[in-house]
Amino acid sequence: MDEKDLLLLQLLEENSRLTNEEMAVMAEMAPGDVAARILALESAGVIRSYTAVIDWEKAGNGEVSAIIELKVNPERDFGYDRIAERIARFRQVRSLRLITGAYDLQLVVTGRNMQEVARFVSEYIAPMDRIRETATHIVMKTYKENGRTFCEKEGGERIPYSF
Amino acid sequence: MRDYISRKAREIPPSGIRRFFDLALTMEEVISLGVGEPDFSTPWNICEASIYSIEQGGTSYTPNRGIQPLREALSSWLRDHYSLSYDPDTEMIITTGVSEGLDIAIRAVVDPGDEVLVAEPCYVSYSPCVMLAGGIPVPVPCVERDNFRLNPDRLMEKVTPKTKALVINFPNNPTGAVMGREDLRGVADIVCDHDLVLISDEVYSELTYGGTHVAAATVGDLASRTVTLNGFSKAYAMTGWRIGYLCAPREICDAALKIHQYVMLCAPVMGQVAALEGIRRGEEEKDRMVREYRVRRNLFVEGLNRAGLKCHRPEGAFYAFPSVAATGLSDQEFAERLLLEEHVAVVPGSVFGCGGEGHVRCAYAVSRENLALALHRIENFVSRCTGAPAAVAPSRERV
Repeated sequence: MDEKDLLLLQLLEENSRLTNEEMAVMAEMAPGDVAARILALESAGVIRSYTAVIDWEKAGNGEVSAIIELKVNPERDFGYDRIAERIARFRQVRSLRLITGAYDLQLVVTGRNMQEVARFVSEYIAPMDRIRETATHIVMKTYKENGRTFCEKEGGERIPYSF
Repeated sequence: MRDYISRKAREIPPSGIRRFFDLALTMEEVISLGVGEPDFSTPWNICEASIYSIEQGGTSYTPNRGIQPLREALSSWLRDHYSLSYDPDTEMIITTGVSEGLDIAIRAVVDPGDEVLVAEPCYVSYSPCVMLAGGIPVPVPCVERDNFRLNPDRLMEKVTPKTKALVINFPNNPTGAVMGREDLRGVADIVCDHDLVLISDEVYSELTYGGTHVAAATVGDLASRTVTLNGFSKAYAMTGWRIGYLCAPREICDAALKIHQYVMLCAPVMGQVAALEGIRRGEEEKDRMVREYRVRRNLFVEGLNRAGLKCHRPEGAFYAFPSVAATGLSDQEFAERLLLEEHVAVVPGSVFGCGGEGHVRCAYAVSRENLALALHRIENFVSRCTGAPAAVAPSRERV
């Protein structure tokens, strides 16, 4: 990993639809070099996937999200890893992290409605062996996601000419 | 009735782009590459610091020189980044933007009848400030074949026994030119040999893309005769806060301070508090913006050359300065027709003085999306002028 790799990653994180040719111009590199570096970053697992940041509320599909916190009894030899890997396999779990503080694991779960999310938690997550406690927080509004703000406030008006 | 307007006020030329400005305001969907300011809002931690300070009642005058912590922070920042050495108590003034710094620097050293060399093309206020101080501005052209750097031979041609000072600005507005240590050495020799004061506006210093900025005062024996001007507007996206600073040897600084205290008293305290946060904890945000400008420069300059407008690669600031010779138009005609026909605002190079004619200034501190759109329109316009086939529309979401 050098500075050029870092720049390519930053460019892709902002807009993963850039072509190699476009990135080559932006990063002052040869297109072939860009392609080779990206391939290397992909095979090393640094680039996990290419995706879009979507405002689902605006898309109007009515999905709801909840942040769920879990207290977990860690396992000898494995700690939190095995239980986390099991939880991560559920399609409904969008993200999963081990955190410090009162709870151990934090999940973001999405579902068609609140009932579906609640059912998922009570039927699949809460009953798991090592889960001691759960706390479910329904997401009411998203202001920022993956570094993108969702509130559409314009910056101050700029004059068309100045020196 | 008498004509109440002073001779000096009558003599200084009006802004060369008032006409374009008025025209652009009446039009819709204009993409403006005409603004010499970042399109970013000020980093939020900087705004928060200022808001908090206002809430705490920080709304009063400050010392004439500016608040002590800001001067101290700047003094060490300048030492660490540019190897400049200025005493925060005696060699530094926080000014209301670099504009004020420039004015008081000139007034501190220029007597009526003194000639002041101005390296052009440059920011439009230099010559009028010299005139308001009673001096005579003498332009020194920085031309395209020198990559818009100041050529010592051309400088030498303009030095006379009446010459008092030289004003330079690198990285340069409008050309994006940068002067390295070697380039500055030739200038330093002339300035020292003829006992001149150097006024160096370095407001774009952090926007230097290939390597580190060389502060003029660190070259040769210039330190004892250089006024270094810098500010927060460009690098920290803080144009509206109006905070700059003047650094100079004590004698010059004392003189400038007298003028500053009578005409300005102090720079606005809200801006000074914001600037302090910027210098202490704004580095990362600043670097992120600089990285983005560099990416945009690469895209834009490549696009201009592809469109048929020859453009050198600017090594600093956020301006491209392409030649419009290929279109057969003058820079004024080009800018006016591009605005009317394609709704893209650029500034004719002749506005910035000699050496600028035949070029236009395009500020690329606008979003990549708008840059792509502007390039598409410019390409269309150029091909209409030259009879080449028209460009294909870019897909808007691509870049």
